Amino acid sequence: MIKDITLGQYFPGSSIIHRLDPRFKIIMTTIFIAMLFISNNLWGLLIGGVFALFTFVLSKIPFKLMLKSLKPLIPILIFTSIFNLLFIDGGDVYIEWEFIKITEDGVNMTVYMAIRIIFLIIGSSLLTYTTSPIALTDAIEYLLSPFKKLKMPVHEFAMMMTIALRFIPTLIEETDKIMSAQKARGADFESGKIMERIKALIPILVPLFISAFRRADDLALAMTCRCYRGGEGRTRLKQLKSGLKDYIAIVITLVFLLAIIVINILIQDL
Amino acid sequence: MGSIIKSDKVHFHYENDYLTEIENTKAPVKEILKGISLEINKGEFVAVLGHNGSGKSTFAKHLNAILLPTDGAIYIEDIDTKLENKHFDIRQRVGMVFQNPDNQLVATVVEEDVAFALENLGVEPKEMRKRVDEALKAVDMYEYREHAPHQLSGGQKQRVAIAGVIAMRPECIVLDEPTAMLDPKGRQEVLKTIKMLNRDYGITIVIITHYMDEAAETDRVIVMDEGEVILDDVPKKVFSQVELLKSVGLDVPQVTELIYELKKHGLDIDEEIVTEDECIEALMKILA
Repeated sequence: MIKDITLGQYFPGSSIIHRLDPRFKIIMTTIFIAMLFISNNLWGLLIGGVFALFTFVLSKIPFKLMLKSLKPLIPILIFTSIFNLLFIDGGDVYIEWEFIKITEDGVNMTVYMAIRIIFLIIGSSLLTYTTSPIALTDAIEYLLSPFKKLKMPVHEFAMMMTIALRFIPTLIEETDKIMSAQKARGADFESGKIMERIKALIPILVPLFISAFRRADDLALAMTCRCYRGGEGRTRLKQLKSGLKDYIAIVITLVFLLAIIVINILIQDL
Repeated sequence: MGSIIKSDKVHFHYENDYLTEIENTKAPVKEILKGISLEINKGEFVAVLGHNGSGKSTFAKHLNAILLPTDGAIYIEDIDTKLENKHFDIRQRVGMVFQNPDNQLVATVVEEDVAFALENLGVEPKEMRKRVDEALKAVDMYEYREHAPHQLSGGQKQRVAIAGVIAMRPECIVLDEPTAMLDPKGRQEVLKTIKMLNRDYGITIVIITHYMDEAAETDRVIVMDEGEVILDDVPKKVFSQVELLKSVGLDVPQVTELIYELKKHGLDIDEEIVTEDECIEALMKILA
């Protein structure tokens, strides 16, 4: 049952977006987020939306899956909307009753913010849906590599990510086993008050932690045996390769960014 | 044929741990290895037997400089394991495979795991690709190269671990109870792979095991007890010492046990029989 969980939210596929170099995808996502936050008018956001829609269609991610990733966002959206509506003052006053005062600026801000958050999630979901966790880790290691000069343990960080990804399924399987073993001896995880349920988890966590440490010990030994000595002088089996399509993609992204900047300036001038 | 591993009066004990220090008791240091001297030749297929705590795993860890002898010395192709700057050379020559197949795979994809050692050694990507493919084909796991480790069975994981070692092109592979956590089918797969590596690639194999029938199929069996080597001979000779083996808490292969009991009851039968086929033949002769 829990064995089937997917890591992260990678949706395997072979669309053009899937095949882009993960480094470029991360940069493009960053540019996209920048687009959303520098655009101060609906036209700019509309351009951002077109970009997101364009990428989404190319990625061939099912529409339902995208909706699913937006679902947890609803409470956040409602929360920020209420705050923006109530506490931002300025412009024409639409409603004024007791302490509630809804103004033009408040409404504008609410709409902008909601759109930004939705697009933000769509953009970053597109990245994680179309890029496997391993590729992401590699790309992050590469992009952070300039920080190695500042003594930042970039390689170690990436190694930790890889090992974590590698062991998540193993540990989940183990949790499953421990739970079954406890259930067989009468443990009850499904009923009772919340505190009782949390307490029931302790007998699972303790053996899980112990075995995780044992695994860490074994793995460290196995890594030493295979000549692991940190990131220095290391080569990689899979080289990240960037090609023409990556450059084209990034140029398109930059064109969109430029369009938003131009629109910003034009609208200010009006 | 030259020797690849030479162990010269190796003694080993762990440093007193902090508990004994706190209690301020001068507990006598427990020697785990008490003067092991032996040589393993190139291309040999050796089994190391011994019950729990006999020091066999500790000895195995000496073979690629994970542990260093407190006294005596180990030479891997004439390199002393005490030379710290040679440790990576030694580990490249003597690869090691452990018991738990889950805890020795590092990467999230089979082929990247096989490449792990090569990445550490800084092998060129092109050469690496070639060696990884070769290693995966050698253990017959090539079609699984893009799988995640958790999608594989125990025997398959263990074969991937072996591939990860042979990608380094070692002279010798030390396997520390590689089949202890596997089901019978997985055991068969792994044993077949090990035998093939010894036969076809000429890789020296040292296998530490609990299973007597695995040991019966090797060229040489070393029996350890209490940190000492008590028997070191071909399987036939070792397994004919039924009483000695039993006295150190070891079993003998079923066939040997049968022959031993038959002989005790006065049947005239060759006591150096270790394989099932030989046994059947001998019994048929007697029954005829």
